[in-house]
Parts: sequence; structure tokens; C-alpha cells
Amino acid sequence: MVQLTLPKNSKIRTGKTWPRPEGKNVRKFLIYRWDPDTGENPRVDTYFVDVDKCGPMILDALIKIKNEIDPTLTFRRSCREGICGSCAMNIDGTNTLACIKGLDEVKGDVKIYPLPHMPVVKDLIPDLTHFYAQHASIMPWLETKTNRPAKEWRQSIEDRKKLDGLYECVMCASCSTSCPSYWWNGDRYLGPASLLHAYRWIIDSRDEATAERLDALEDPFKLYRCHTIMNCAKTCPKGLNPAKAIAEIKKMMVSRRV
Amino acid sequence: MRYLTDRKRAEGRGAAHSGTADHWYMTVSAVALAFMTPAFIYVMGSAIGTSHEEVLATFSRPFPAILAGLYLVVAMQHFRRGAAMMISDYSQGITRKALTIGAISISYAVIAAGVFALARIAL
Repeated sequence: MVQLTLPKNSKIRTGKTWPRPEGKNVRKFLIYRWDPDTGENPRVDTYFVDVDKCGPMILDALIKIKNEIDPTLTFRRSCREGICGSCAMNIDGTNTLACIKGLDEVKGDVKIYPLPHMPVVKDLIPDLTHFYAQHASIMPWLETKTNRPAKEWRQSIEDRKKLDGLYECVMCASCSTSCPSYWWNGDRYLGPASLLHAYRWIIDSRDEATAERLDALEDPFKLYRCHTIMNCAKTCPKGLNPAKAIAEIKKMMVSRRV
Repeated sequence: MRYLTDRKRAEGRGAAHSGTADHWYMTVSAVALAFMTPAFIYVMGSAIGTSHEEVLATFSRPFPAILAGLYLVVAMQHFRRGAAMMISDYSQGITRKALTIGAISISYAVIAAGVFALARIAL
């Protein structure tokens, strides 16, 4: 449901400002901080990083801050090359992966917040439990009824090409957490990421559960909360288009009736 | 506090197996309204500013009367579904139910009143 104001204990206050180092190319970072153990409201801390002594990406700056300035700063990261999806966060007002967002892409102060409208575990770490459970609910695996072939499930080159633009999703949750429909009805609406994965399995020529998959999605909330707002396609750090996948599912739903 | 697994929470009560009919109706009615709205505005526009007798004469002719009746029904059905969608986006619980009932009631009341008025004029 729409909430126009933050609850009292979620209101953000100004936090600590760390010392500014010497250097010609020092950038200011405003970073959301929240520690559930302190019982305090969230705050925005200010850090300064000499980007001449730092890697070119936002994640490099965050790692530098954690290593050299404030070891309590908490964030997820792993592959540092846009494959694992761990470091998704809201940077300069856009959900993206910190590891593939260049410092040069952000003008002025660098504002970093956790993915919006998700419960925060700590600092820049959102709780993605429900998001992952929704993904599991669409059965993201090959479902077959025919006896397993001796060698492998075969697929033509043309059918394999249909999965391009879908299989690349790294489940970073940038799209779902940028979707107003997901903000308002995230408990029931599956969101762009899960629906993109659902479509990936629906159109897989080897999958034999198409009907069951479509049946499971035919719901005013699970699927039809998508209002084609297109934030998902705009924000996807991998350049995918979940809105198109959702539209294709809707077309398949209609083609079963008309 | 309920001790539900994450998967159970995500699946909820399963799919309602509805929604496609509404989606298809909204698509079709949007196309229909795209054609009907200019025609309806033209008919209404030409009647505005004229005398009471001339308005009665306009809507007692078959084309304006049928167009106005059809427009009322299609537009209000479109409104009903759109409003229900919007209400379920922005509200929940008893408010959602009350507002949905209100939107449905308004749409049928407008259809009934409009069709009754047109029938009185045209017949």
C-alpha cells in the first residue's frame, strides 16, 4: 500500500562527517547508515575519498571507505564485475550495481542508499528473503514430463536465441525495487525480476510445464499489477527489459482465451 | 507474529485464475473508446449551447442516442475496472473493499441513469 511518510523510527537524520583528506580529486560520499543494534534512527554519514588513489567504480570507493576510513560500513559485494548481483544499491537516485557504476558517471556528491522499499538488515544491505522466495515460487528450473532422453534435452539454435535477454538476469533486485507496483503490493505482486524469470522458463522449448506456469501466474496481483511503468527496464544494470517479458506473458494469457 | 516459511508467505493463497478477462476487456475497451470518444465529443459538443428542444431532437435520433448509450456503458465499465485497479494499488483492507464497492456502484448508477434518460428522450 502507498505510504506517504516514513515511520518515526525510519526518519533519516544527518550523521557523522569524516575528515577530508588532502588531494586534488576528492569526492564527497553521502551514505545511508543504520544499525539495528543501536536502536537509533537511520543517518547519512559523509565520507571523502581521493579518487586518484581509488579504483574507477563506486564499489572501489566503498571498499576503500570500509578498509581505510570506517570498517563498520556494511554492504554486500562479491564478484566486482556485474555477475553476482550482490552489490545492488541505490546510487545517485538509481538502482544499480556498485561494481559496474563508474565514479565518472555520477556528477557532484555521490549519494548511496540501500535498495528502496525493502526492509534494511544493516546499512546498505536490504532483506531480500521475500524476493528470493517469490523467485523460487515460479519454479526456476526445467520441468519435464517426458522420460529423460539418453543424452540431453535438445534445443534448436532458434529456440535457444529466444532466451537471450532473459537468462542474463543476475537477480540483483534493482528492477523489482524500482517498481512502484512492487513497492505498493510487493507481498502479492511477483515483481519484474521473478516475472522475467517466469517468462524465461515459459518460453524454453524444453520445458513441459507451460500450462501450469501460466495457470500459476493468472492472478490480478501476481501478474496484472504490472502497469507498464517501465522503471524496471530503465534501471536494469544488465540492460534487460523485464516489462517486455511481462507483456509477452500477458499476450500468452490472452492467446489462451481469444 | 506468524511462523510462516518464506515460501508459504510468497505463494500466499495461490493464483486466483482471473485477471486475463479484465486485462483483455481493458485493452479492447481502450481501443473502442479511442474511436468513440471523438464521435461522442462531437455529438455532445454540437448539442451544447442549443435550446432544450434541439437537444431532445438530437438525442432522439438513432445515431446520437445509440452512440451516447454505448459510450456510457463502455466508458463506465472501463472506469469500473480501472478504478478497482487503482484502488487496490493505493489502499488495502476494509478501505480497499469499501472503495471498490463505491466505484462499482457509481459506474452502474451512471449507466442506469444515463440509459434511462436516453430511453426517455429517444422513445
